[in-house]
Amino acid sequence: MRNLIDVVKQKNSHNLNAVGANKKHESAAQHVSGSAIYIDDRNELQGQLHAAVGKSTYAHAKITAIDLSAVRAAKGVVAVITVNDVPGQIDIGPVFKGDPVLAPIGEQGVVEYVGQPIFAVAATSYDLAKKAIQLAKIEYQELTPVLTVKEALAQQNFVRPPFSMQRGDAKSAIDNASHQLQGEISLGGQEHFYLEGQVSSVEPTEDGGMLVYSSSQHPSEVQKLVAEVLAIPLNKVVVDTRRMGGGFGGKETNAAPWACIAALLAHTCNKPVKMRLSRVDDMEMTGKRHPFENNYHIGFDNNGLIKGANITVNGNCGFSPDLSDAIVDRAMFHSDNAYYLDQALVTGNRCKTNTVSHTAYRGFGGPQGMMTIEMAMDDIARYLGKDPLEIRKLNLYKENEGSQQRNTTHYHQKVEHNNLAEIIDQLEQSSDYQQRRQQINEFNQHNLILKKGLALTPVKFGISFTVQHLNQAGALVHIYTDGTIHLNHGGTEMGQGLFTKVAQIVAEEFQVSSDTVGVSATRTDKVPNTSPTAASSGTDLNGKAAKNAAKTIKKRLIDFAVDHFSITAEQVKFVNNQVQLGDKQLSFAEFVQLAYMNRVSLSATGFYKTPKIHFDRATAKGRPFFYFANGAAVSEVIIDTLTGEYKLLRTDILQDVGTSLNPAIDIGQIEGGFVQGLGWLTTEELLWNDKGRLLSNNPATYKIPAITDIPADFRIELLKNDPNREQTIYNSKAVGEPPFMLAMSVWSALRDAISSISGYKISPQLDTPATPERILFAVMAVQQQLSRKC
Amino acid sequence: MSQAIQFLLNNEEISLEKFDPNLTVLQYLREIRYQSGSKEGCASGDCGACTVVIAELSGNSSLNSKSLNYKSVNACISFIGSLHGKQLITIEHLKPANSINNKLHQVQQAFVDNHASQCGFCTPGFVMSSFALLKQKAKQKEQQNSKKNQDVSKQEVAHALAGNLCRCTGYKSIVAAAMEITNCDEIDDFTKNEQQTIAALQTINLTASIKVTTDNNQYFAPKSADELAQLLIEHPQATLVAGGTDLALSVTQQAKSIAQLVYLGNVAELNQLSQSKEQLVIGAAVPYSKFTYLLAKPFPELATMIARIGSMQIRNLGTLGGNVGNASPIGDMPPALIALSASLTLQKGQSKRKIAVEDYFKDYKVTDLAESEFIRNITIPKLNENQQLKVYKISKRLDDDISAVLAALCIELSPQIKNVDGSANNKQQVKSIKIAFGGMAEIPKRALLCEQALQGKVWQQSTIDAAKQVLHQDFQPMSDVRASSEYRMMVAQNLLQKCFIELNNDSLVLNKQQIIATQVVDHA
Repeated sequence: MRNLIDVVKQKNSHNLNAVGANKKHESAAQHVSGSAIYIDDRNELQGQLHAAVGKSTYAHAKITAIDLSAVRAAKGVVAVITVNDVPGQIDIGPVFKGDPVLAPIGEQGVVEYVGQPIFAVAATSYDLAKKAIQLAKIEYQELTPVLTVKEALAQQNFVRPPFSMQRGDAKSAIDNASHQLQGEISLGGQEHFYLEGQVSSVEPTEDGGMLVYSSSQHPSEVQKLVAEVLAIPLNKVVVDTRRMGGGFGGKETNAAPWACIAALLAHTCNKPVKMRLSRVDDMEMTGKRHPFENNYHIGFDNNGLIKGANITVNGNCGFSPDLSDAIVDRAMFHSDNAYYLDQALVTGNRCKTNTVSHTAYRGFGGPQGMMTIEMAMDDIARYLGKDPLEIRKLNLYKENEGSQQRNTTHYHQKVEHNNLAEIIDQLEQSSDYQQRRQQINEFNQHNLILKKGLALTPVKFGISFTVQHLNQAGALVHIYTDGTIHLNHGGTEMGQGLFTKVAQIVAEEFQVSSDTVGVSATRTDKVPNTSPTAASSGTDLNGKAAKNAAKTIKKRLIDFAVDHFSITAEQVKFVNNQVQLGDKQLSFAEFVQLAYMNRVSLSATGFYKTPKIHFDRATAKGRPFFYFANGAAVSEVIIDTLTGEYKLLRTDILQDVGTSLNPAIDIGQIEGGFVQGLGWLTTEELLWNDKGRLLSNNPATYKIPAITDIPADFRIELLKNDPNREQTIYNSKAVGEPPFMLAMSVWSALRDAISSISGYKISPQLDTPATPERILFAVMAVQQQLSRKC
Repeated sequence: MSQAIQFLLNNEEISLEKFDPNLTVLQYLREIRYQSGSKEGCASGDCGACTVVIAELSGNSSLNSKSLNYKSVNACISFIGSLHGKQLITIEHLKPANSINNKLHQVQQAFVDNHASQCGFCTPGFVMSSFALLKQKAKQKEQQNSKKNQDVSKQEVAHALAGNLCRCTGYKSIVAAAMEITNCDEIDDFTKNEQQTIAALQTINLTASIKVTTDNNQYFAPKSADELAQLLIEHPQATLVAGGTDLALSVTQQAKSIAQLVYLGNVAELNQLSQSKEQLVIGAAVPYSKFTYLLAKPFPELATMIARIGSMQIRNLGTLGGNVGNASPIGDMPPALIALSASLTLQKGQSKRKIAVEDYFKDYKVTDLAESEFIRNITIPKLNENQQLKVYKISKRLDDDISAVLAALCIELSPQIKNVDGSANNKQQVKSIKIAFGGMAEIPKRALLCEQALQGKVWQQSTIDAAKQVLHQDFQPMSDVRASSEYRMMVAQNLLQKCFIELNNDSLVLNKQQIIATQVVDHA
C-alpha cells in the first residue's frame, strides 16, 4: 500500500453494541429484504448442472438388477453415477464406518433403508434431473427388515456395543428401599425441518480440487469427506459456508453426503454441480432425532427421595452408527437430569434398525435421557400423593449435607455451581405456582369435560462435546488500515446469532463499535481443522478463540505504543473507538494506521481448547462437562377429555445463561428452543409403515408448531447476577440446546391434567409425541382403571 | 382471444407468450427472473417461505375499480397463468425505491427491531404475509374514514401468519413485530403508486379469453361458462384449475406435466356470489377468503372452522369448487355441505343439472361428474330458526392441518316449553337431523344409521348413547398418518356427546344456569 485511506473520524461512542448489548443479528437487514444469500440463491455458473438422487424403495433388500439406460438417455441428462464411479473412498461415515456414499451394487448390492441413495444424476435443470431419476429400473430381492427397537433388542442388533455407567450398587439399593416403581416410555423421533433443505454447490478448480458451498454445520468434515471420495488431498478442497437456513444438528453430519455426491458429479462432468434435496427427499433421506424406548426401576423412601435407580435407554439408531455412540452416551449422561440418583446403573443400547441413520438434533440424546427420570418424578409423586414439584425439589443435587454426598453424578462428575434450587424457588414464586395449583384444583373439580394441568420441570444440561478433541476452536482476525476489522472463525452461522456474538466479543476487546467488525463466511482455507458448530459450544469455543486472536493483535499494538510514545503499557487504553496513549488520544483507525506505518502485523490467529474436561469410557468416570447450563419452566395446559385436544395456556421460563453476551439473542434461543421441544413432545409425529417407509414425509403430514401453538401467555426471564464460575467467554453460558428440554414441563402438565381425573392417584402412561390421540387414549385408560377400582 | 398473459411484476409490465402452464410463480421468480428472495421450503404450500403478495383490482367491474386488494399467496403452488391482470409483489420490491441509506419498509423494520429473524430463511415469507396484513388494515382505515392507523390484534396476526412456519424463533418475536406494522405513519410506495398501478392493470385486456399453445402444452383461460363448456367438449381430457392448491402438488411433488390446463379464475359465472332469504349461491371458483364472510351470519360455526382450513395463503387461492371437485375424503367443506343439504349445479355443454352434494361422491376420488362436465356453483340453503349447525374439526395441529375427523351436524330440536320459573317443562325431541363426517370413510359421508337412531327420539343421554353405538355400523374408518381407526371412531362418538352437551348448554344459558365448558380450541 503506497497510500493510506482517508480515515473518517470515528465517533467517540459510548454505545459500542459490544458484549452485553442487544445487538441485532448481523444479517437482520438482509433477512428481511430477501437479499441474504443461501446456497440455492447463488448465481448460476457457466455450465451449471443440477443433481438428483435415485433412492431405494425397500428398507432391506438385495439389488439384483439395475438398468439406468433410460436415465442416461433422458432429456437434459449429462452424467449418471453409481458407487462404481467413486474414485476414492466409498464410506463417508463420520466416526465409524457404515455409510456408503452410494449404495453398493452388483454382487454385494444391498440397501438398508427406504430412501438410501443408489445412483445420482447431473442434468441441465433441477426439473429434468428429477424427471430422469424416475426412469431407473432397479430390481430388488426383499430381505427381512428390522424396524423396531424391540426387534433390534431381541436380536441384539446394535450399531455399537452397549455401554453402562454405574455408581454403587443400584440393585440392592432399590431392593432395600421402602418403595419401588417401574415404568417405561416410548419417545418419538423428530424431523429437523430446517426451512432450508440440504444443499451443496460444487465447482471444480483448476488444480483438480473442488470449491464447495455447503449448508453445513461442519465444513471441515465436508472438506475431508469430499477429498476422500475423490481421492485428493485436503488442501485441494475448500468448503465455504456463509449461513444455513437452520441446522439444529441436522447439518452436522447429514450435510456431507450431498456435497460428496455433487463433487463426484462435478468431477465426472468437470462442470459446477448443485445438489439440493426437495422437502420430501430431505425428510426421507436424512437422519432425525433418535426415537428412544426407555425404562426405569427406582427405589425411594417415604418422602420420595431416590435411593437407587436402574435406567436403560434404547436408542433407535437406524442402519448405521453415524453419531449414535455419542448421542446415546449423552442420553445416559442426562438420565439423572437435575437429580441425585444415589446408587445408580444407567445402560445404553444402540439399536440397529432399517431406517435412515438417526443423527444429531438439538440436545443430542439429552432430551430423551431426561424424559425417563422426569416421568419417574411424576410417578413417585402420584404414588405418594404429593405434588410432583415437591418430589423434584427433594431430589435435586445438593451440596454435601453432613456426611451425605449428594452432588456427584452417576458418571462421577461433581455438580458445581448448582443454582437449580434457587432457580426453581424464583420461578415458583414468579409464576404463582402454588396459587395456580389451587385454582386448577378448583377448576378441575367443577369441570366435567375440560381439565387443566400444571407442571414445573428443571433442566441441567452438560456443556462440552463429550468427545474431548472436538473441544477446540480457531479464529482469524485482521485489522485493515481504515480501522475496520475482519473476523473469521471455525463456527458456522445457522441463525443462532453466533457471528453477531463473536463480533461483539472482538469489538469488546478493542472497545470499538461492533459494526466495525465484519463477519465472513466460514471457510476451511481461513481457519482449518474446525469442529462442528454443535453441542451448544459455538460461542464458548469460537468466542474464546476470536478473543485470543484479538488479544494477540492488541498486545502487539500496546507494545508498539509503549515503544513509540515512550509510555507504559498501563497508559495505553482502548476506549469508545479511541485509543488513549498517555496524554495523547487517537481514533482507533488513526492508531491502526500509525501501527501499520511502523510495520506492526495487524493479523493474527487465535486458538482455544476447553480446560478441565476428561472422560474415561473404560471406567465410565470423569468430567465430561466443563459446566452445566441450568433452567426451569412452568407450563399450564387445558385438555379436552372428549377429543384429547389441548391448549398451552401459559409458560414461564427462567434460564441461566451466566452473564449474557446478548440478551436479545439468548432470549430468542430460549423461545425457539422451547417451541421446538414443544413440537417434539406434542404435534410432531414420525410414522413409518410396516415396510419401513416414512409416511409423515412432508409438512402436510408432519406438523411442526405454527404460530398459534405457542403459549398464549409466554414469559421468559434470564437468571440475574449469577455469572458462570468457570472461565468461559465473559462468564457466559451456552444457550443453544438447554431450553429445548424446558418443554418437558408441557408434557408433564398434560400428564397432570390427565391425572386429575383420578384425583391425582393414577400416573397416566403418556408416550410422545402427546398428540390429541394419545391424550384421549391416556384419559380413557385412566377412566377404565378408575372404573375397575370401583 | 389473447395469446399471452400480462401482469405487473411490481411496476414492470410483463407479457408472457408460449409459456409452460406448469411453471409456478416461484420457479418464474427464482429461475427465470433470478429473484431469489422468495424461498422454496416445501414446494407444497405448507411452509409459507415462498409467500408473495398479489394486488388485484377490487370490485365486480375491474374497469371501474378504484382500489386494489392485496392478498398473500404461496408462489410455490401458484401457476404462472393465474397472474394475468394482477400485480405481483415480492420481498425484493418492499424497500422504498429511491431511499437513501438503504431504508427498509416499515414491515421489514419492525422485524429487525423485534429480533424476529434468526436463520432468516422463512423471514421473507413472514414479511410478505405481514405486508398483506398491513394493506388490509390500511383498507379498513380507509373504509372507516379514520385518520388513525388501525391496531393489529394478536388474533389478526395469528390469522395472517398461521401459514408461515418458522423453526428458529418460537414466533414470539414475530408476533411482536407483526403487531407493530401499523405503528408507522409513512405512506409506502405501493400506496403512493396505487392509482398508477390501477391504471396499468386496467390497460391489460381483461375481457379477452386466453389461449396459449406450446409444443407440449396448452393453456386456456376462458371468460364465460359457455366458453368453458365448449372448451371441455373439445378437450375432454383437459385439467381444470382454480386455486390450484391441490393440483399444483402433482407438478411440484410428482414432477408431472399437465398437458392441457384450463384456468377458471376468469370465468364470470364461476366467480359470482349471491344470496337470498332462502339460500346462498357460491361460484365454484370463488376463493375462501372472498365467500367466508357470507357464511359468518347464517353458519357462524362453519365460518370459524373455515379459518382453520389451510392458511391465509391457501384460503386466498383455494375454492369451494375445488374442495368439492377433487373429492378428497378429508376435505373439510363436503361434510358441512352434506349436513346442510347443499347442492351443486353442474354444466355440460348447454345443459345444466343439480345434484345434492351428498350424491356427488361415489367412491374414493370418484364422483358423479361426467366427461366434459364442470361444477358451476354450490347452493347452500339457509337454516330455519330451529335448526342449528355444529361443526368440529379434529387435527393434530390447530392451524393449517388436514383433519383426522371432521364432523358436521345439522339438527332441529322441537321447541322447549318452559315453566313460569324458566325451567324446562318438556323433553325436547329431535325433529330433524343430518350428520356427515370427513375422515371416516373413503368419501365424505352421512352417518345414516346414527341419524336414524336420533330422528324423532327424545333428546336425552340414552338417545345419544344409542346413536354413538350405531356409528360403528356407519363407519369402519382407516388408520393412517393422521390418526388410528380407533381414535377416529372414539372421537366421532365423543363429538356426538359434545354436541349434546353444547346444545343443552344453549338452553342452560337461556336459563342462566351454569354451563359446561367444552372447548379448548375454537372448532368452530
